[in-house]
Amino acid sequence: MFVSLNWLKNYVDIDNISSEQLAEKITKSGIEVEGIEYVAEASSNVVVGYVQSCEKHPNADKLNLCQVDTGDEELQIICGAPNVAQGQKVAVAKPGAVLPGNVKIKKAKLRGVESQGMICSLQELGIEEKFVPKEFAEGIFVFPEDAEVGADARELLNLDDAILELGLTPNRADAMSMLGVAYETSAILDTPVKLPDESVNLSSEQAADYVSVTVEDAELNPYYGAFVIKDVKVKNSPLWMRNYLIAAGIRPINNVVDITNYVLLEYGQPLHAFDYDRFGSKEIVVRRAHDKETITTLDDQERELYSNHLVITNGQEPTAIAGVMGGADSEVSEQTKTVLLEAAYFSPAAVRQSSKDHGLRSESSTRFEKGVDPERVKRAGLRACQLLSEYADGIILQGPVEFDELNCTEATVEVSTEKVNERLGTEITSDEISDILRKLHFGFKANDGIFIVTVPTRRGDITLFEDMVEEIARIYGYDNLPYTLPAGAGQAGGLTSRQSLKREIKHYMEGAGLMEAITYSLTSKERAETLVSPEIREHATQSIRLSMPMSEEHSNLRLSILPELLASFSYNTARKQANLAYYEIGTVFVSPVAEKLTEQPRELLRVAGAVTGDWLLHPMQQEKKQADFFLVKGIVEGLLDKLGITATFKQAKLEGMHPGRTAQVYLGEQSIGFLGQLHPSLQQSYDLKDTYVFDLDMEALLGQTNNEPDFSKIPRYPSVSRDIALVVDQEIPAGDIKATIVEKAGALLKDVQVFDVYQGEHLQAGKKSIAFSLFYQDPERTLKDEEVEASYQAILSAVEKNHQAELRG
Amino acid sequence: MRERLQALKEEALAKVDQADTLNELQDIKVAYLGKKGPITEVLRGMGKLSKEERPVIGELANKVRETIAGELDAKKEKLEARELEEKLEKETIDVTLPGRPVTLGGPHLLTSIVEEIEDLFIGMGFEVREGPEVETDYYNFEALNLPKGHPARDMQDSFYITEELLMRTHTSPVQARTMGKYQGSKPVKMICPGKVYRRDTDDATHSHQFTQVEGLYVDRNVRMSDLKGVLNRFAKQMFGEEREIRLRPSFFPFTEPSVEMDISCKVCHGEGCSVCKGTGWIEILGGGMVHPRVLEMAGYDSKEYTGFAFGMGPERIAMLKYGVDDIRHFYTNDIRFLKQYHKA
Repeated sequence: MFVSLNWLKNYVDIDNISSEQLAEKITKSGIEVEGIEYVAEASSNVVVGYVQSCEKHPNADKLNLCQVDTGDEELQIICGAPNVAQGQKVAVAKPGAVLPGNVKIKKAKLRGVESQGMICSLQELGIEEKFVPKEFAEGIFVFPEDAEVGADARELLNLDDAILELGLTPNRADAMSMLGVAYETSAILDTPVKLPDESVNLSSEQAADYVSVTVEDAELNPYYGAFVIKDVKVKNSPLWMRNYLIAAGIRPINNVVDITNYVLLEYGQPLHAFDYDRFGSKEIVVRRAHDKETITTLDDQERELYSNHLVITNGQEPTAIAGVMGGADSEVSEQTKTVLLEAAYFSPAAVRQSSKDHGLRSESSTRFEKGVDPERVKRAGLRACQLLSEYADGIILQGPVEFDELNCTEATVEVSTEKVNERLGTEITSDEISDILRKLHFGFKANDGIFIVTVPTRRGDITLFEDMVEEIARIYGYDNLPYTLPAGAGQAGGLTSRQSLKREIKHYMEGAGLMEAITYSLTSKERAETLVSPEIREHATQSIRLSMPMSEEHSNLRLSILPELLASFSYNTARKQANLAYYEIGTVFVSPVAEKLTEQPRELLRVAGAVTGDWLLHPMQQEKKQADFFLVKGIVEGLLDKLGITATFKQAKLEGMHPGRTAQVYLGEQSIGFLGQLHPSLQQSYDLKDTYVFDLDMEALLGQTNNEPDFSKIPRYPSVSRDIALVVDQEIPAGDIKATIVEKAGALLKDVQVFDVYQGEHLQAGKKSIAFSLFYQDPERTLKDEEVEASYQAILSAVEKNHQAELRG
Repeated sequence: MRERLQALKEEALAKVDQADTLNELQDIKVAYLGKKGPITEVLRGMGKLSKEERPVIGELANKVRETIAGELDAKKEKLEARELEEKLEKETIDVTLPGRPVTLGGPHLLTSIVEEIEDLFIGMGFEVREGPEVETDYYNFEALNLPKGHPARDMQDSFYITEELLMRTHTSPVQARTMGKYQGSKPVKMICPGKVYRRDTDDATHSHQFTQVEGLYVDRNVRMSDLKGVLNRFAKQMFGEEREIRLRPSFFPFTEPSVEMDISCKVCHGEGCSVCKGTGWIEILGGGMVHPRVLEMAGYDSKEYTGFAFGMGPERIAMLKYGVDDIRHFYTNDIRFLKQYHKA
């Protein structure tokens, strides 16, 4: 909503406050002023001039030589506008004038003849092209005859008007009108509101003799008033009205259209003017459209209608889409003699439906959609009649012809001083509340701190105690509310152990050298279904698709974090950032069906990471270590170790992963993720060099953790270590042998580590040697050699038996 | 004999004094104090001496021996110290050369902000709650006083999956779920951080995915001044003690009265400058007193319970606090962006 302050002055006294101060006050009491604009950029020294004569320039066909009286002097001005003529009153920029864009006007010679200034178009005076009335669009502006020669053109054209741009929240539909803003301003500044003149002289004729009104659906259209205005002279509306419309962002057309628009802005009540003679009948029938019925609207578009659209008809054909747009056939034109004026209340839902279906949002539809003030519908019609009689010489017939089932009951809300203070934490007195209600122009009965408030219909948003509390608070001033802290019983507050653990996992990842990334959950279908961990894949073969994605890039809900993480790697490597190590914790969305879901998907928390490029780089010492399989495995093992989880790693073949360098991670029999090297072809599709990834089920990690380990004594007795080197077939995994060792070694074995793997010379083809370090310890005593030896022998015979391992000679 | 011992002592000490290496010292030691050395020899010849002289000479010989040994040790220590010094001198490195880098990761800026907010509210007795990102229409809208066809639904065009399921447009459904779980049986004091989604085209100030932290406190006798007090404390801790807050009336379907909170501009402190577009204030969050219908729908008697709720966008906070100029930075994961904030 654009509010012209010069226009607002007609209803409320704002002379003693600057536009900035007013904007600040309005903002602080609840309607955000998003900006203060001016109708036009500043200009100076532009006055009304009378064109005494206008002749062709002796040396130029398209130029005219004008003698212009500006009151205090006569100027000879050369003007190129096609519409300049003798007898006009025009806007003259005198020598020394400055026009918007810092254009300085000086005396100059044009084709050998002196020009002492410039006759201006509205555009040159700073009015936006789209608001310039059509008749002046291609030339200079011409003032009405009553303009005073020598008067300040800037003032006459309202160019210095400040315009407040209001950002209205959906509840404040009342402020979509000048009167609404006037009431708001009145409440804030505590000044009275002056209402416009609605009194009209009526002719002896009855509107009912000209038209009848039938409404078929009172719920969609509880009020319809038809006014008939005869002998209308269609011409320009008065300059002040045109100025206000321009200030509000509406282009002036002619007096009839301008008056409906003016009243729309003034009262917040949309009106529609039909040409009575072109209406097609003497009956107005408001009904639901028939399916596939058509109407050609004012914008010359043929539109197809359905039964959920409300239309105004002449009994036969639609003449307007109710509340949205009129039909071209009954449009008011220069020839219009009799105006049929509609002032109606259409239900918000009906108008919203039509406006949405036809893609038509207008000043009218937005107001109907939010609900207009029922009490102002008919009054707006009367106000328009008053203006039509004054500025279009119209004769107002007795009426209107009405259909009226409109509920204009004012809501009552009870509030008490005590309850208001309880809710706000304030100590407002009953007198202060009375005063606030008075400023708001709300009726009320007060008795011992209890108020029965009658809410004017323009404030349909206020129905509850809470709504009244807000009204009182905002006029009292949010700034005046005290600062308190809740007095209620305290609660310790804090993170759950799960939340703390999640943070710890993040810290671990960061300590391990990974940077946290956050990527989009919505991705392409292809990415959503790439690198999906087996335990997720088991429950979801496809990713969930949005019903109406904005783009295919963000159409599906991810089943894996990795693809978008890898996409961010692509982004970075394309910018010469080749060494990357990221992790992300986030949800994936698992549903047995991808479309037509009947319930919410399961959202599973995952932790995933990826590493590419150089991991360790210290060129000075010729140290350079690239990311590899063991780096990501080490990170995963470290995490599991930190969480006290014992997992196993098994060779796995997963889509998108290197077939020989991928491990699936298990907790017992349950798969909890995977890690390894990306398959070269997937890698290539992301334009990446060797990249290693991991993806783990956070739920499993969080669920399994024993993060409060019991204290175990620091051993007082030395440990004994033994090495064992075994020769086995190449394909036997070290992990299997280790498992056998752990199983057979007995309780004294505390740890076992692989420290060497060898293949090649001195070994048979197809064989490899794996060397383990065994660590034995008894916390209570020093170990005996025989005990260690016995364990060692047990291990040896078990690995010989289980893995055909031989002790390396 | 006495003279002989004296002469040996002088001679040995002179050699010790001249010795310049540990090897030379060792040779001197062997030569004078060894089993075949002259002092041993002297002692061996003591048998020829008288009873009276023997202990005297013996004592003298031992003294000479000790003196030489002492001098040898002292000299050895000196030479060792010198040798160590020379060795260390040779080991000198250029300390201005770079150290071996430690590969260190760090949190995403949004995580840092969210955790900072979490910790501030935890300090005021709030719990942290999470909820699903795919929500039902009921919890995302209806339970929050946004029935089907409500005009305010226009304000947040959403990503629907089916008619009943959508990507949540705010984290408020977590509040509705938590209250709904308790059905009016006890107070709720929680914040809920998380990802939210809206049908916006990504540009410098819009992102189809972003982060929210919302808060809710429902109890007996919760006042609007409590909301003001809590938000004031939050703002001062988050942005600095010198910052002021300002509440303005606003509208949200789930709160009444509703507020919009501004903080005083960091640059001009309320005077008005280009950062705050001349207003002196920067909008930071929205909130209000929980709408009675929201309470009732979750099983809370709105006559008995009142509450406040608020919500904020960590992206916006990060942009204000650190001057990040484009919301897309948070989701492109440019390493040069992420690295800037990993020291936090």
